[in-house]
Amino acid sequence: MDSGEQNVTDMTLRSSSVSAAEAASRSAVLRRLRLTDLVFHGLTRGAALAVLALLSGVIIALILGAAPALGTFGFSFLFDESWNPVTEKFGAVAPIYGTLVTSAIAMLIAVPVGLMIAFFLTELCPKPLRRPIGIAIELLAGIPSIIYGIWGLFIFAPFLQKHIQPFLIDAFEPIPVLNALFAGPPYGIGMGTAGLILAIMVLPFVTSISRDVFDAVPPVLKEAAYGVGCTTWEVFRYVVLPFTRVGVIGGFMLGLGRALGETMAVTFVIGNAHHVSASLFAPGTTISASIANEFTEAVGDLYTSSLVALGLILFVITFIVLAIARYMLLRLQQQGR
Amino acid sequence: MADMSHAMKSPRYAGRRRRNAIAKSLAWIATAFGLGWLVLILGILLIEGIGGLSLSVFTENTPPPGSAGGLLNAITGSLIITILAVLIGTPIGILAGTYLAEYGRHSKLSSVVRFINDILLSAPSIVVGLFIYEIMVAPMGHFSGWAGAVALAVIVIPVVVRTTEDMLTLVPDTLREAAASIGLPRALMIMRIAYRAALAGIVTGVLLAVARISGETAPLLFTALNNQFFSVDMNAPMPSLPVVIFQFALSPYAEWQKLAWSGALLITVAVLALSIIARSLTASRKSS
Repeated sequence: MDSGEQNVTDMTLRSSSVSAAEAASRSAVLRRLRLTDLVFHGLTRGAALAVLALLSGVIIALILGAAPALGTFGFSFLFDESWNPVTEKFGAVAPIYGTLVTSAIAMLIAVPVGLMIAFFLTELCPKPLRRPIGIAIELLAGIPSIIYGIWGLFIFAPFLQKHIQPFLIDAFEPIPVLNALFAGPPYGIGMGTAGLILAIMVLPFVTSISRDVFDAVPPVLKEAAYGVGCTTWEVFRYVVLPFTRVGVIGGFMLGLGRALGETMAVTFVIGNAHHVSASLFAPGTTISASIANEFTEAVGDLYTSSLVALGLILFVITFIVLAIARYMLLRLQQQGR
Repeated sequence: MADMSHAMKSPRYAGRRRRNAIAKSLAWIATAFGLGWLVLILGILLIEGIGGLSLSVFTENTPPPGSAGGLLNAITGSLIITILAVLIGTPIGILAGTYLAEYGRHSKLSSVVRFINDILLSAPSIVVGLFIYEIMVAPMGHFSGWAGAVALAVIVIPVVVRTTEDMLTLVPDTLREAAASIGLPRALMIMRIAYRAALAGIVTGVLLAVARISGETAPLLFTALNNQFFSVDMNAPMPSLPVVIFQFALSPYAEWQKLAWSGALLITVAVLALSIIARSLTASRKSS
């Protein structure tokens, strides 16, 4: 603040020295200042418009790029499982299925764990530990996704293959439904592994947004609940959660948006197979993994265009999810006012 | 929860206490679980990465399969692409953020831009790669370092817009009013006063953007592509650390996999250092 006030006095001195230099040139100086303002205003406005142009540009470029594939296959692109570069027959079912399944696994794990961590950080954690743990969780969010990928491929997948998957396959063999879910040889890589890695990646997003939202609960509300004898858990469950419901859901959607679009962490461990398989241990593919794996090797316009069409589908899905997320977070902000 | 007239020893009260204890221990477990991953990931990364880290990593280029080498070309390429991306993206981001916080704080345009920017902020980065491929690589007919830099700039812009706006809104309006009262035009007020007051925050935003893009792989895969030789030609395919890691890790060669781990360690250290520096910048500002 002090430096700011100093700046103001600084400016007064400077401008008075300018105006004192020559009274006649005063209007010229003023005109120049006005021009500066006009130009700067225009520049900032232009940059703001550029952000809009960017998004429209992405959408237009994707639609144009996807046009050949969508023109050839029409709506059947969305319902066709085949993915054959040789016969040039492409369908998006397997990647869409993989994207949805891996994201669902990720959210099923990350949401409860993230909520509990946020509960811990806002209600239970000793004060001096609060900031370090919060930062540590946020660092987890900062680790580039390719690190999760390489880690998943070399450490996590072999571990699952050796120790966890054979056990699960044996344990669930006699149980119907579950034996289909946990079937097949333990490859290590596959949809389940990808979902787990995604869960670890999404966890910090869910946690930090939930924590921020919980922190915004007016202390009076909590104190009142404690005052009538609620336990810590009851305060959280019946006061904090209902009050912040909209924001928490917004945070989930934001995490979901990340999970849907995440590329590198998934590409390493998904196995890149264009199959729809009920088993979580089977290799599969996601939209982003298909694009990352195949785009540079795609021969022929139709192949390339089909991959761009996948990108368009991904963008539309994430756009909707993120728009809902932002809308909900915005609503919470207005409610807080 | 409301019925408080029960005696302390009633089974209902015991049940509530039990539920509370269970929930609390679950919260502890969840936190240990979350932090455990951080320790596991960083620990294994350190063990695997340090083993392959030697001087040759920084002085030699990426090797052909089956022989030893380094990551010099990839590191150089990453630095060039990242710096250019920041140089392209930061001015646009700061200007747009300035519009949102100053000239158009309450305008209709601003609320639309704010919304769109938030969506761009979390848009899948692979889609950005496709976008740049369609508008730069396909028309030019070849992959290039420029395309990679522009792709990363597209990711830088929303991060910088967001932090610039947030930091400028934190600048107290009394400063603006004081400037206006002595007849300072808005542009000068913003450049000489608001920017100075928000400087640490804006720098933080840029650092966070650098941290974000220095590990980005997906947008580079089909823009800058890769190059196994040393190249500073922006019009040619350019190697970058993340793409080299991607290629080497998925290869069957032990030497390549080892280099991938070393590269992964380098990137992680750089990214974590950047975000810690960025955080300490704003933290010291808050406490002062």
